[in-house]
Amino acid sequence: MASTIRTPHPRENRIIFRNIDRPGWTNDIDCYLQDGGYEDLKKAFSMQPGEIVNEVKISGLRGRGGAGFPCGVKWGFIKPGGPKPTYLICNADESEPGTFKDRYIIHQDPHQLVEGMIISCFAVNARLAYIYIRGEFPEGAKILERALAEARAHGFLGKNILGSGFDLEIYVFRGAGAYICGEETGLIESMEGKRPYPRIKPPYFPAVLGLYLCPTIVNNVETLCNVKYIMRIGGAEYAKIGKPNNTGTRVLCVSGDVQRPGYYEFEVGRITMGELIYDICGGLKPGRTLKAVIPGGSSAKVLSARDRYKIKTKQADGTMVESEIGLEDVALDFDTLAGVGSMAGSGGVIVMDDSREMLWALNNINEFYAHESCGQCTPCREGSLWMKKITERMLHGGGSGQDTDTLKSVADNIAGRTICAFGEACAWPTQSFVAKFRDEFAATAGTKGNGNESTNH
Amino acid sequence: MSAPTELLNVQIDGVWHQFPKGTRVIEACAQAGKFVPHYCYHPKLTSPGNCRMCLIEMGMPKVGADRKPEMGADGRPLINWIPRPQISCAQDIAEGMGIRTDSPMVKDCRHGVMEFLLINHPLDCPICDQAGECHLQEYSVEFGTSGSRFLEEKVKKPKRVELGPRVTLDDERCVLCSRCIRFMKEVAHDDVLGFVSRGSHTYLTAHPNRLLDSNYSLNTVDICPVGALTSSDFRFKMRVWFLKETKSICTSCGTGCNTIIGTRQNEIFRQTPRENNAVNSDWMCDYGRLNFHHVNSPDRLKMPQVREGQQLVDTSWNNALVKAGEALKQFQKDEVAVVASARMTNEELWLTKKLIDSIGTSLHDIVPRFAEADQILMSADRNPNTLGAQITGVTGEKPGSGLKEIADRIKSGTLKAVVALGEDLTQLELTAEDLNKLAALIVMDILPNETTRSASILLPSSAFSEKRGSMINVKGRLQRLNRATQAPGTARDDWEIIRDLIQQLTGSNGIYLIEDVFKQITDSIPDMNSLSLSRITDQGVSLAENSEEAVETV
Amino acid sequence: MKMELPAELEARIDEVITQYPVSKRSAALPLLHLIQEHYGYLEDDAITWIAAKLELEPINVLELVTFYPMFRREPGGKHHIRVCRTLSCAMAGGYELLDTFCKHAAIDRQGNGHGAHLLKSKDGKYSIEFVECLASCGFGPVCLINDDFYEAVAQDEVPQLLEKYP
Repeated sequence: MASTIRTPHPRENRIIFRNIDRPGWTNDIDCYLQDGGYEDLKKAFSMQPGEIVNEVKISGLRGRGGAGFPCGVKWGFIKPGGPKPTYLICNADESEPGTFKDRYIIHQDPHQLVEGMIISCFAVNARLAYIYIRGEFPEGAKILERALAEARAHGFLGKNILGSGFDLEIYVFRGAGAYICGEETGLIESMEGKRPYPRIKPPYFPAVLGLYLCPTIVNNVETLCNVKYIMRIGGAEYAKIGKPNNTGTRVLCVSGDVQRPGYYEFEVGRITMGELIYDICGGLKPGRTLKAVIPGGSSAKVLSARDRYKIKTKQADGTMVESEIGLEDVALDFDTLAGVGSMAGSGGVIVMDDSREMLWALNNINEFYAHESCGQCTPCREGSLWMKKITERMLHGGGSGQDTDTLKSVADNIAGRTICAFGEACAWPTQSFVAKFRDEFAATAGTKGNGNESTNH
Repeated sequence: MSAPTELLNVQIDGVWHQFPKGTRVIEACAQAGKFVPHYCYHPKLTSPGNCRMCLIEMGMPKVGADRKPEMGADGRPLINWIPRPQISCAQDIAEGMGIRTDSPMVKDCRHGVMEFLLINHPLDCPICDQAGECHLQEYSVEFGTSGSRFLEEKVKKPKRVELGPRVTLDDERCVLCSRCIRFMKEVAHDDVLGFVSRGSHTYLTAHPNRLLDSNYSLNTVDICPVGALTSSDFRFKMRVWFLKETKSICTSCGTGCNTIIGTRQNEIFRQTPRENNAVNSDWMCDYGRLNFHHVNSPDRLKMPQVREGQQLVDTSWNNALVKAGEALKQFQKDEVAVVASARMTNEELWLTKKLIDSIGTSLHDIVPRFAEADQILMSADRNPNTLGAQITGVTGEKPGSGLKEIADRIKSGTLKAVVALGEDLTQLELTAEDLNKLAALIVMDILPNETTRSASILLPSSAFSEKRGSMINVKGRLQRLNRATQAPGTARDDWEIIRDLIQQLTGSNGIYLIEDVFKQITDSIPDMNSLSLSRITDQGVSLAENSEEAVETV
Repeated sequence: MKMELPAELEARIDEVITQYPVSKRSAALPLLHLIQEHYGYLEDDAITWIAAKLELEPINVLELVTFYPMFRREPGGKHHIRVCRTLSCAMAGGYELLDTFCKHAAIDRQGNGHGAHLLKSKDGKYSIEFVECLASCGFGPVCLINDDFYEAVAQDEVPQLLEKYP
């Protein structure tokens, strides 16, 4: 069993993770209150909901669940004063492979989430809210239920909270092992007691037709905690942290072939891939060289250590200068990672060294998506399993000459053609692995099959 | 008069059109002559957008800095084309929208979806009923690619599942469009079907405690775009491309669902509903749909017969009709009764009234059939033409109220002769013994029953699929029946038999064509003025609206 | 429905339903969890019981039970082991971990049938299955035994781990 004492790295900026692994910290409300908890909630009640939304807009906070959508803009989609009630749901379904951050907030610092959630509910006028927690966090669900009971007992939930006139109830809803419930409309369907098939947009934008076809905000755990911090220091101050358009801090989750995998919180974009791998995580295993990194959860396109990346940087005088960098110099923020052809996603950084076979890794990923495809729409349902069958066959020596091209073509026929982003999520790994490591894939061809058209039906 | 609907400008494949606001994109394309292939979309159900076959390129007007659309040289807005393809089934048109239905991107999308649908699909075409009317086959040819790149094992799923008493399911063929699930929930109000398992292993089923036994189950077979849901009755019976299709209406209740009768070599193989948004939308009930096997029955009455002692012996039509006329002329008016049927056409009923008048009797009625309506399509009136029977005067305001009198008089012996047209008199609580008291029992029918066995003269007539004529449904809609099959043996059209009976009683009356009959009807019934059989069209005519029009033109 | 739930369980169920005032159907997943926790799995009667309780069709509940992998329609072992198979844990030895568990828990992979998802030991003490990412990727391989979560499980730790679950 690994040691559970994980001291933060000195270069970290622990804001959201301030209390994780904190000596003497316990996850009950008394400890939280002693530390100044729920003061930010009181501050929120002294403001108008519209003002809070504005602060979040100014902060530039982007969603921390994977999509990176500006939180204030999302909240702004809710039209106040409508006839239907508004709901807020915390997406605690953390299931993106490579991601492990929300787990710690839930288990060790639940009141940070609860407080952030109450503030957010007040801002969008949601009187009934839910925390959708993945079924595989049974202890986390118990911890959250206890935290909510404590909050209720202290008057932070229920009717007329702190004399504000605002009523709110929050309940915990447990998932049951489906990754697609992390998709906000799949989550909503799951909460309505139906098979979690994501909804078509248009018209089912959650801000208009969400839970029970009412306006609904779905936010990630880390995002809601950031709202609390924005309440404390104000949107303008928050916007100074990180980089323009990539503000605040985020928790990076590093796994794979590094000496010290784990969770690390930094200002967004203030750390590069190389710094993360070599300075923070102690580098690779002895004798190994870097081969590939998946920077934002398994859905993100893989980056090869061999490649050079063209990026444009804005100079002080406003001109854009193009330069070429290696993987180590890629800054880990939303815009830079998008610029080099991947994404910041959920912050799950999976490092692979030269001992790893890319076909093996892709096959493992393909099997994940084939399992997790909900099956609603044709390209993903049929294509995800097909890609898995191809890489599995290639892995076990049955590769045929056409496989690499077929893989790419199948992935191309999925991405952009599905109901939800799962299509991209299952296609991007195949597209990027095949593109960046084509030599490895082509080498597996030729033992069985002859590359001609199948005589199978 | 309702307010005029707003028309919106939409560009489809480079041509600008106008469509009413609220038109679905896919319907707009169809109206512009650009068919967009689809599986899960159905105009009468909700749109889940899951098959992805209807992907097209969509764009909206380019908006300038002044928030107004930028116009092109042709005076039309410039279009910003959305880089990702969009489905066309779940969105309505908007002002200035652009659509491309046959661009390289769209073609590529269709190739992709077709390939995906076929990789796990079993090559069952040689044994699948859907062949010839299968959207997978059709779209594969028109929008797919040839050849397959799939080298893996296909996913196996249950086959030959008896989903219900009338529906057989093959889960491997299913493309998971969910039309059947939505139909059962939204139209049939019996949420009995669902998807189980996940991903590529998902399959359609009912809960083991339930069957798909709704009286609307066979509509799921109609709307299933592939051969997953099949009619157990029709299974393996006939290839659909051999079927001659005749438009007609169902005669199993007063709704008069519009149908297509599928026949080959004078045998009915199936009936399917025909769209009529004023009557049955796209649906019909299972009972009416399957109520045709009696037409093909080997027991059909084929030859006219006359009684000689204990037996009925075959005879010629002429002989039978002469004997019938002689029999009727023997008696006083009120010694004769006519029991007719509201399953007869207007033409037959009108002639029946003429027959009644020729006899001069006041004892006549139809046999009513009433049961509980099902709040979907099945009417409480299980006769298809009660209004026709009333409008022609064969029955009165309360259909069947005259039957007790007739039955009593038969039992007491005061009634000497009965003409039974298409109804079994035991429905009047009469026994064969009662019927034997009659001196003359002239029966016109299609299948043997107690009444035909007791007949003194038996005249074989036509089943519903053998008739040409019209009926009026419970909502006052006049609809046409068309002949799909020929009556067996020497059985004849009902209207001609009745005409000939009248002729026996009164002499010639100059009616040779059914159109002549119809003309005489329309001339004498105000609500049906200015109609002709051809004017009724495939969709029928509402008599209330027709008389409104007539009032307006006067 | 043959099922008769203990009063306490039914009271808890009634309380949970009140958390979804807009639609009782939302309580389907919570009820499935509560009943599976109590009985260890979801038998056919449980599905029809829940459907009746929430005024749903049985197919509506069956659709859910077959979609979510956490729901079992047959009993697991006395103790249930879930080992993560997704990339980071696989890189850290997740597949080997499952093999080691099977060896020490006497779970015969062949004996359970080809393609069986839930593998059980003959004495019924243990069942095991692969699951997808359990969100602790930096500390793999990880597993759950019943509701207890274990990180960085070394192969030679397995016997003493299993001893905690007699």
